[in-house]
Order: sequence, then structure tokens, then C-alpha cells
Amino acid sequence: MWDYSDKVMDHFRNPRNVGKIEGPDGVGTVGSLACGDALTLMFKLGPDKRIAEVKFQTFGCASAIASSSALTEMVIGKTIEEAERITNKEIADYLGGLPDQKMHCSVMGREALEAAIHNYRTGETSVKNLEDHIVCTCFGVSENEIRRVVTENGLTTVDEVTNFCKAGGGCGMCRDDIQKIIDSARDAQTASPQPPAAAPKKRLTNIQKMKLIEEIIDREIRPQLQKDGGDIELIDIEGNVVTIAFRGMCAGCQSAAFTRQDFIQAKLREFVDPDITVVDEC
Amino acid sequence: MKPIYFDNNATTCIAPEVRDAMMPFFNELYGNPSSMHMFGGQVAKHVQHARERVAAFLNADPTEIIFTSCGTESDNMAIHGTAELLGPQSKVITSRVEHPAVLGPCRRLKNMGHRAIELPVDTSGQIDLEALRDALKDGTPAIVSLMWANNETGVIFPMEKIVEIAKEAGAIIHTDAVQAAGKLPIDVKRVPVDMLSISGHKLHAPKGIGIFYLRRGTRLKTFMLGGHQESGRRGGTENVPYIVGLGKAVDLAAAYMDEERRTLARLRDKLENGLLATCPDARVNGDRMNRLPNTTNISFEYIEGEAILYHLSDLGICASTGSACATGSLEPSHVIRAMGVPFTAVHGSVRFSLSRYNTEAEVDTVLEHMPRIVRKLRDLSPFGKGDTLPVEL
Repeated sequence: MWDYSDKVMDHFRNPRNVGKIEGPDGVGTVGSLACGDALTLMFKLGPDKRIAEVKFQTFGCASAIASSSALTEMVIGKTIEEAERITNKEIADYLGGLPDQKMHCSVMGREALEAAIHNYRTGETSVKNLEDHIVCTCFGVSENEIRRVVTENGLTTVDEVTNFCKAGGGCGMCRDDIQKIIDSARDAQTASPQPPAAAPKKRLTNIQKMKLIEEIIDREIRPQLQKDGGDIELIDIEGNVVTIAFRGMCAGCQSAAFTRQDFIQAKLREFVDPDITVVDEC
Repeated sequence: MKPIYFDNNATTCIAPEVRDAMMPFFNELYGNPSSMHMFGGQVAKHVQHARERVAAFLNADPTEIIFTSCGTESDNMAIHGTAELLGPQSKVITSRVEHPAVLGPCRRLKNMGHRAIELPVDTSGQIDLEALRDALKDGTPAIVSLMWANNETGVIFPMEKIVEIAKEAGAIIHTDAVQAAGKLPIDVKRVPVDMLSISGHKLHAPKGIGIFYLRRGTRLKTFMLGGHQESGRRGGTENVPYIVGLGKAVDLAAAYMDEERRTLARLRDKLENGLLATCPDARVNGDRMNRLPNTTNISFEYIEGEAILYHLSDLGICASTGSACATGSLEPSHVIRAMGVPFTAVHGSVRFSLSRYNTEAEVDTVLEHMPRIVRKLRDLSPFGKGDTLPVEL
């Protein structure tokens, strides 16, 4: 059983500000059913441009519910500028601390607040964009998100990063990459991500290329997907466009787009041709 | 507050008869059964008696019974002890839904270079016997380790057929019978497994005692080296009080089994059907036709298991979940995932497991409170109300 503080248990048992708002000024949703927790946060501003009303809905464990509830109490009465300065650490502190393995609940709260503010400012419904390099494909966590929890919370180990944002908590393939991010964040805050080493250019015939793609899928890609109960089918290869279809658990997985781009495409670019694009059948 | 204990697949209370049987061996009868004096020697007689009771419980010979410290030790002993004997070329075949006590040693062997195969299960959690046949086809020396009944879902594997297939292929067959023991009749003459593991604390004996059944003539590389105890097959001074307690516990299990299978199944069905009737979007995980009489595993869609357990715990009700959040591992139960449970239901699984000490009034208490808990969490959840929010990506 987790050693939750009394305040966590209080917010879990009696969550504040549950529900929805008619015509909100900002709405943010993070997480998913497949990942095990999700939070929708919405707010409405008062005439003084301060957050007058805030509501949440959370799917998740006791500490996820408590973190969401605590966050709503923290933002009421704040301006947008004040609210966006709230860190995950402040959410955890407000609750009298969270167990190490549950810190990601506080990060989810901060992310939902950010998404809601982003929505208020731009009208867009998502702040995650596919340009951001996804490091952990199991939970769809980007390099920037990892860098942020590392610097904001002074993290030094991969396990800590997993506790804070789930990255590395699935298949574990990205643990080395996370360590590199920790190192670079510590060395210099300004260090920019290393571009992946380009595969040596060599001319392949079409037949050779097709064979190589099949081989890489069998050797590098399929075993990883099967570990999660998923699978992949190679549908077609046209020039540098590889069409695939997800099967099993991968079909319908929230992270499938990340898996396609940041895992499958990256592998094929690394081993076959740097110009390959992978597209989904549907 | 006396707990309403529906977590008997995790552990059970020590039966009062078991406790009473053990007590003298903590105080007056503390001698070492190996000693050459009457004071210790008389203790050896009690150990032997317990061994005979366990043998009778399994329809085995007393020489085939080895006492261990727990079910996990028995599983490790079987898998490592056999694989080492069969050599580095040998194969280990298990299933994706085994207990970590079996998956752990199998994965270690895989890292050591053995071929390891984890057989899939279908959506009801049943093993694919054709896949087992295929895995054994090439005739490589192999150990097959498949559980008799699953701890999370209660699903019973067709052990008789599994043994038949394994023996036909000349493989060694071990079964983790930790959940089956005491809930299903086990007869090693009728279902001739080579090795079998049992844990004391799942059948009202204390934690810290296990049984390893080793069929006569089955070879095994000794795992725990030391003294001559257990005929040289497991060194270490006998845990006398617990062995005596276990002897009593299997007697009780045998005496109550027929009646228990009826009453527990009735209570379990009342609980299960009541929950399905009063909680919308709930589904049973596992093969309902081939299941332990005491276990139900129900997924409440769109809500998360740890939150359910904490609300139950506030009422003194003990159950367990396959949700990721409850383990700290971020990944939901490997059993639930192997069964391909839909992602809306993966994190909301709750297991209730009964014992002979549960009452109908306790079932009624759960039925009284559960719909309110589910409703409360559903009201909190952004999912499952028909107005699914725009999902990212």
C-alpha cells in the first residue's frame, strides 16, 4: 500500500471542483485510457482576467485524482501568467508530498494546466506536436518533456525520470537515451539534442532494399512490438514510402503514431535509407 | 475493525487448528529432528507425520515430498534444477500468464542461452494446446512449466491434457499448483506431473513454508546444498513448526474441499452476478467455465483499480487489482495484457478471492457499496459517458 499523506487521501476521498464548465475559456487533456491515467482540466476567467472557475475530470489512481483536485485549488484566483508558473513540484508539495513512483501524477497535472492555457491562447487542442522527438514510445514522452522534469526537479537517475513522467517505464529500450538527456541537461542547460548519426549512404537495388526492410522489421521492430502484445504487417514499399499496418495491441494504441514515426521510421532510416517515410495503411 | 477479506489468492489467515498444532513446537518441542537424542528424535516423528499427510493430500508417496520455504523456492528448484540437468541446449516452455516465480527463472535461463518459449493464451485466458505441441515438436530436451490455476483470474489449465502432451514428447512437466491446491483435488497418480509446487500460506498455513513434489525417478540438480535433510535434496534444518502446521492445513483442506467448492462457488457467483447486474460496463476476465470456485476478476471499464481498492479499503474490504498504478511498475498486469483485455478495461480490473471464512453477509456488504464507488469514480472519469473527449494524436 502506498504511503499517501493525509492531504492526498483527503483530496482523493473528497475531490474538489469535479466536472465540466459550460463554455470554458481553456480546456486541456493529457494522458489516455491505455496509459492508465488521463486528466481533463478546464477553466473560465472572471472579468478581472483571473481564473474564476476551474473543473477537472480524472481517470486514474488515488494520487492522480488528488493531484488534479489539488491543482484546481491552487489555480483559482490566479492570472494566466501566475498559473503557468506552477511546477509539478509545487503540486506535490501542496499535497504534503507524493510517493516517488507517483510523482508523474503531479507532472500530469502541470501538463494539463499547460495544455488548457495553450488552448486558451491559441484555440489549439494539443500542445504535443510530432516535431518534438519522442524518446519513450511506450508512453509517448518527448525529449523536451524529459528535459523539463529533469531540470525542474533536479533529477539525476533514469529511475527518477520514470517516476516523474513514466518515460522508460515500459519496455525500457529508451533508458540509455534518457541517461544521455540527464547528462546533457546537467552538463549544459543549452545543450541541443544530438542529431542521430546518419546511416552510411549506399546504393541499394529495389530488391535489395525490400529485402533489407523486411529483415529490419523482423529483426529490430517486430520483437519489440510483440513484447507489448502487438504486431506489424508490411503492406507495400513504393520508392522510399513504406506502408505498414499495426496489428494486435498496437492497433488502436494511443502511441501508435509515435511508434510509427519515432521507432519504426527511425529504425528503417538508421538501417536502410535516411529518406524513408513510414505511413500507416489507414 | 475486522477486515472483510476477499484477497485469499494473495494470502489466507492461519486456521485456528493449524495455529494450535504448531504452538508446542515453538516452546517445549524445539529439538532438531536430526539429533541423536530422544528430545530431538521425537520431533522427527512429527515432521514425518506431516510429510505423510501432504503425501496423502496429493496421492503421492511420502518420499516424493520435499519441504521448502515457499512456492517461489519450489518453482525455482524445479525449473533451474531441471534445466541445469538437461544442459544448455535444453528448452524451457511456459506461458505468458505464469506467476513471476516461474517467469523469473525462465527468463534467467533465456539470458543464459536456453531457448525459452512463453506460450500465448486466448481472450479467456486459456492455454493454446496446439502451441504447446508445436513448441515440443523438434524433440529438444525440454521442461514444461505451466500453472494449474491462475492466481489473477482463477482460470484452470487442462493439466491432464498438458501432461499427456508433454510426456508424449518426452518433456519434463512441472506445474505451479499454488492456487489450485486446496481448491481443486490434486492426484499425482491420475495427473502424473513430474514436479509440483505448493505454498502453505495460500491454504491457511503460515507464510514461509512450501511443498515441492518430485516424482520418484525424476532427476533434479540440487539447488539448496547443505545437510542431509529432505534426503539430501534440500539442505537446511527443517522449519518444524510450519511443517507441522502445513500437515494440519492440508488435512483441513481435504476435509473441507467438497463442501467448500460448492459454498464458495455459490458466494462467488452471487458476488459476481450481483456486481455485473448493478455496475454497468463491467466484464469478467477469464474462462468462466474453467475457473477456481473462489475467484472472480472483474474489470470496471473507464475507471482505475487502485482508486477502487482505496475506496473499498476505507470500508475495511480487501481485494486486489491488476492496474499498473497499484504495482508502481506503470505496466498493468501481464496476465490481463496477455489475454488481450480491451484497453478500456485493462486498468480497472479487481480480483475478489474467497475462502471458507467468508460469509454471505460479507458478500452483501460488497454488493451494497460497490455500485456507489464505481459511480463516484465514473463521475470523476473523463471517459465512458458516450461523450468521449477528443483524444490527442
